[in-house]
Amino acid sequence: MPLCASSDRQRTTQHPCYTPEAREHHARLHLAVAPACNIQCHYCNRKYDCTNESRPGVVSELLTPEQALARVEAVRKRLPNLTVVGIAGPGDALANPERLWTTCRGIRERFADLTLCLSTNGLALPEQVGQIQKLGIHHVTITMNTLDPTVAANIYPWIFWDHRRLKGVEATRILIANQLAGLDALVAAGVLVKVNSVLIPGVNHDHLAELNLEISHRGAFLHNIMPMISDPAHGTYYGLMGYRGPDEAQLQAVRDGCAGEVTQMTHCRQCRADAIGLLDEDQGPTLEREWMHGHGKIISIHPHTMETEATDTLRIAVASQTGSHVDQHFGHARVFTLYDVHDGDVRQVGMVETDRYCHGDDACGDNDSLLERALRALEGCDAVLCERIGFSPWQALETAGIQPVNRYAGIEITLALKQYWATTRQRHPRQKRIRRAV
Amino acid sequence: MAYAIVAPCTGCWACMPLCPNKAIHPHGKKFTIREPLCTECEGEFDDPQCASICPVEEAIVDETGKPLNPRGSLTGIPADY
Ligand code: SF4
Ligand code: SF4
Repeated sequence: MPLCASSDRQRTTQHPCYTPEAREHHARLHLAVAPACNIQCHYCNRKYDCTNESRPGVVSELLTPEQALARVEAVRKRLPNLTVVGIAGPGDALANPERLWTTCRGIRERFADLTLCLSTNGLALPEQVGQIQKLGIHHVTITMNTLDPTVAANIYPWIFWDHRRLKGVEATRILIANQLAGLDALVAAGVLVKVNSVLIPGVNHDHLAELNLEISHRGAFLHNIMPMISDPAHGTYYGLMGYRGPDEAQLQAVRDGCAGEVTQMTHCRQCRADAIGLLDEDQGPTLEREWMHGHGKIISIHPHTMETEATDTLRIAVASQTGSHVDQHFGHARVFTLYDVHDGDVRQVGMVETDRYCHGDDACGDNDSLLERALRALEGCDAVLCERIGFSPWQALETAGIQPVNRYAGIEITLALKQYWATTRQRHPRQKRIRRAV
Repeated sequence: MAYAIVAPCTGCWACMPLCPNKAIHPHGKKFTIREPLCTECEGEFDDPQCASICPVEEAIVDETGKPLNPRGSLTGIPADY
């Protein structure tokens, strides 16, 4: 690959997705301006707005291009280290050309120093390379899962192409041809191309080495092999049909088996299309709530209900990015929403923040104290519903008498709370606890 | 002669820009087809455009209420699942 012009190289070294070292210092913002998609993947469920924590393609709020620009402005004030703005969904960036290009043009005009990047499945790429070049977009991610149309037919049930819905290898031949043609055109235009591949054990695990070689020959800049995220609760084809993501060893074996010279990327956090912030710390939901409530203060919603002597009412904390579904990792939650649940009656009673004393400086924030803070914030709760949770916080919560529950991952909150109440009340018919004010 | 968008629509916006007759409009968080404008794409395309890109089974129905994309036809998840 020819040497990048120095500004390009600087752009790349400041891009947290392309340069591991940039992770700690440079923040990125993903804008969810692209709702429509032109293909279906078996690991994605387009039916639900938000089911899965940190799953690419999942986003809580769709932005118009104008809203997106306002968001960039607002985030830049809060995160001066914002260097990258990406558009990755929730559908396919290039399947929404009007919204996409209006947003990109606006960013180019108003925030010329920001790096723009796009993610796409590649189907519409050949026809859009001109625009990408014109707008000075230097980083494009293409998701490619195999070079073999037959294998691809087990990953993509259909594509929309030339005014028709196509299925089977007729569809996947076109998709793969366009991905490769798009890759070539981008490389020729000097754009840095990252290829994302979703490792789906039993489907494409034997095909990624070949893909890795091919994209190396064609000049891809990075290859990011990611584990599939699959859970029946997400309602995806793979989730429901019993396909599961790889374990660490399987993922490592596939990565090790790739011999192409393209650099492999292993620090990907599979961020959501509306992620904000540093790669390791998705600040999207936090900032979102700050915009809702002003100035970073989390307010209790019904203060008068905070202190009640419960009979068999359960107070349950929920970790949610979206506010509608149980969809956040316990360890990622900075805010928990509290509910009092009694029989069919679910009442939101307030919110607690776990890092209320943390200002992000070096003096605070090691994992133990964060966990302690979470425990303090959740004091008085009977249970906490989250999408996932690590082993040691699980133990710590249990020790503190708070039941961690992750079996409602992806489920709508009210439904999850009702189900949880119904199943636990039989076991603990009377819970007596003095609630503390939040 | 017209199709209709019904409850399962998730409001993904995919169909709206494709309609040759501008018959599709946002309606709350979902979409709706203005019946008098919809031609079922006859004379314009071989397949109705909205139903050809819609990712959600049973979201678009014909005049008899029959879904253009019945359950199981798009996701591959069996209809009785
Ligand atoms: S069938 Fe054709 S004309 Fe009717 S709403 Fe759908 S796209 Fe528009
Ligand atoms: S494509 Fe289907 S789900 Fe999407 S907005 Fe149109 S009718 Fe609704």
